[in-house]
Amino acid sequence: MARLVRLDRTGHTTLAEWASGDGAGHEAAVAAFRAELENGMVASLTRPDGTAEVVRELPREAELVVLRRPIAGG
Amino acid sequence: MSEAALPGRLAEAQALAWREGASERTLRRDGRRWSAWTAWVLLVFTTPGVVLLAIEPLALPAALICFAHAYAVPRIQAARGARAPVPIGSARSAARLDGADPRAERVALGLLGDLVAHDARELVARSGLVVERGRLGAWLLGEQGALLVRPGGRRVFSWCVRIAQPEELPAADRVAHLLLALREDEEGFATVANLQFSGAAWRLRRRLDARSRVALDAARAGMA
Repeated sequence: MARLVRLDRTGHTTLAEWASGDGAGHEAAVAAFRAELENGMVASLTRPDGTAEVVRELPREAELVVLRRPIAGG
Repeated sequence: MSEAALPGRLAEAQALAWREGASERTLRRDGRRWSAWTAWVLLVFTTPGVVLLAIEPLALPAALICFAHAYAVPRIQAARGARAPVPIGSARSAARLDGADPRAERVALGLLGDLVAHDARELVARSGLVVERGRLGAWLLGEQGALLVRPGGRRVFSWCVRIAQPEELPAADRVAHLLLALREDEEGFATVANLQFSGAAWRLRRRLDARSRVALDAARAGMA
């Protein structure tokens, strides 16, 4: 089961979950994903090997996509 | 964030077009500059003290003031570097702020635990810092900054870097933000962050609290 989560004041919120063959679930996740990007969030795809990648489209086969806020120098 | 963000590059770093991108080369150069600057500070304050004593031994109090500066300035620099990361649960942690939500802190810590390997998870529990091995060295991430232990384990860089709008985010979420950004683009992460200190690991270690020392020692052991 793939998950789209947003880091927020509650710790994190799961915005959507979808299985690989679940077209409707993925479409709902894409809508939520785009809305968050519109709000300035950055989407980070976590790969199984521990690396991460910024994505601007929600991959259907992703395991975990985390929405985070931008970072800045302190 | 920019729609035209380049794949594999941190968009936050691309927005800082005027800033030179961090790399292995710039880190080596910056490390040498910091060492030269520290040596210069020592020379500038020690020399007058020695000269004063040679001319007039009764000028000892004035010479001691010079020596005190030579001691204090590098110490202050190291202390500034040691303050940068802010471990989870430390005195300056968001978890200690009035209004911090213990449940949210636990939830955030759970996700952070999911993002890191078993060893790193254990270290988070002990030190409040996340260790992450990268191409440039071993990173120690806190809520407001990061330490980078360079290969060999002898030199440490300290950086200030935070979430642009951290309001009400739990402590572990702040670290998770930095961890994800680091994993997305290590050089970009170091470009966005503001360098606070570069120098010998022992200088910084002396200014860290006991929990952070555990993490620094683990990172140095991994890079030795």
